[in-house]
Amino acid sequence: MKYVLMYTSRPDLAGETDTEAAQAIYKRVYEWFGENAGVMADSGAELLGVETATTVKHGSDGAVVVDGPFNEAKEVIGGFSVIDVADMDAAIAVVKSWPMLDLPGVAVEIRPMVEDYSHMEG
Amino acid sequence: MTSRRPTTTDDLLARTLREEAGPLVARLSRRFGDFDLAEESVQGAVVEALTSWRRDGPPQRPGAWLQVAATRNAMDGMRHRDRQRALAARADVPTTDEAGEGTDDRLALLFACCHPALAPDARLALTLRAVVGLTTPQIARAFLVHESTLAQRIVRAKRKIVSAGIALTVPPQADLTSRLADVLAVVYVMFNEGFVSSTGPAQDRDLAADAVWLADVIAASLPDEAEAWGLAALLTIQHARGRARFAEGDLVLLRDQDRGLWDHDAIAAGERLIERAASLRQPGRYQLQAAIAAVHATAASWAETDWLQISRLYEELSRHDPSPVVRLNHVVAHAQVVGPVDALARLETLAEPLAEYHLFHATRAELLTSVGRDDEAAAANRRALELTANDAERRLLTTRLHRRPLSDGS
Repeated sequence: MKYVLMYTSRPDLAGETDTEAAQAIYKRVYEWFGENAGVMADSGAELLGVETATTVKHGSDGAVVVDGPFNEAKEVIGGFSVIDVADMDAAIAVVKSWPMLDLPGVAVEIRPMVEDYSHMEG
Repeated sequence: MTSRRPTTTDDLLARTLREEAGPLVARLSRRFGDFDLAEESVQGAVVEALTSWRRDGPPQRPGAWLQVAATRNAMDGMRHRDRQRALAARADVPTTDEAGEGTDDRLALLFACCHPALAPDARLALTLRAVVGLTTPQIARAFLVHESTLAQRIVRAKRKIVSAGIALTVPPQADLTSRLADVLAVVYVMFNEGFVSSTGPAQDRDLAADAVWLADVIAASLPDEAEAWGLAALLTIQHARGRARFAEGDLVLLRDQDRGLWDHDAIAAGERLIERAASLRQPGRYQLQAAIAAVHATAASWAETDWLQISRLYEELSRHDPSPVVRLNHVVAHAQVVGPVDALARLETLAEPLAEYHLFHATRAELLTSVGRDDEAAAANRRALELTANDAERRLLTTRLHRRPLSDGS
């Protein structure tokens, strides 16, 4: 099954991380992607900060462009990947080893991907 | 223990259904590759069985009867879905051996129903339906919730199992202990709900008995897991006191229970389960609670109870479970050793975390009375009463307001 992993963090809880610590964690993230290369259907992307986000949303007189993310949640999506594993337990096992989970406020959302479009066929 | 004890037929029905339903759900899930469909089909068969078996008596081979009914429902369901989806008939349904391994099947199903990815309140409801073979109305009655609310909760959880790919498997050794803790927690709540609500509206299933049965099944299936034996021991011993807990629908406290009504064979069996657990040398909260229950259950009277031992066990328990409720129970036992004045002082440290817990106020009232602070005691009893939802407990506290207060909540 394919699952999308959404890596999120809480900037308000992140606190100050010194450069050395940040480098150490990036090294572990890099290694993590190496270790899990076998299950990556799409290693996805890391996103630039939420302050760079632009949202296009529905408006009664046509689409409206606004500055900022689409909701006011405290969690900020920092990136995503697509993994292909046997089941939910396998997905959880992969995610549990995500190095960033050592940091307060970090969370990973696991969402199954729609793969079966047979019900759309006539 | 129940004001209206299940009749023999209901009892037999319950035993048969809980033996057969779980493994059947697991087997049909594998065969049709669809847990939701399998569970729905077995639930349908259970409902049919309740009507037909009550009317005509159970068939000679109840397991086979259920399997035929559930399989027919599943085939109908498949055809219906196929039409909906305009899919070709799935003739290539993988057929696995029908016999299966009943216990492993049931265990795998149980781990899926208690999966941490499911909402906690849905885990118990789904376990009761899929693993123990209760119907939605029976569960709704037991928990005093609307059938439609409950049904929705179950449907949501089942869909998630299917769509999020939660597998019906026993977790690997590395995850077993932590996943088992989630399963045991569900069985523990199942027992307590059954134990407390036994004066509720007429029940045709004895949830507490179902929980004891399930705890036994789990321990026997995972014989190296000490806490599984610990929970089986705890529930066996608590259940053995069941008949003495109610008199004419009113709760009877441990202090006042007729110990002659306790099932002493079951208590002895519970003690053997504790020894079995202890031989594995992995202490845990259920084993400690079982040990506490055993000290109570083997005491000749309230006065002759080994309070020092109980107080020590609670102290050990609070290392595994530092919740204020455990600390409250520790104070209750401690009071029997050191007296009410010291105990009151210790109790005050729990005032904040337990402000909304009725037994905190009931305990405080008891201690205040024994030191002659009657006005404060009455106020504490009133607060306890305001916070109680359960009818039997409410009646007990009302009695206390008018009589001399009693002690613990068991």
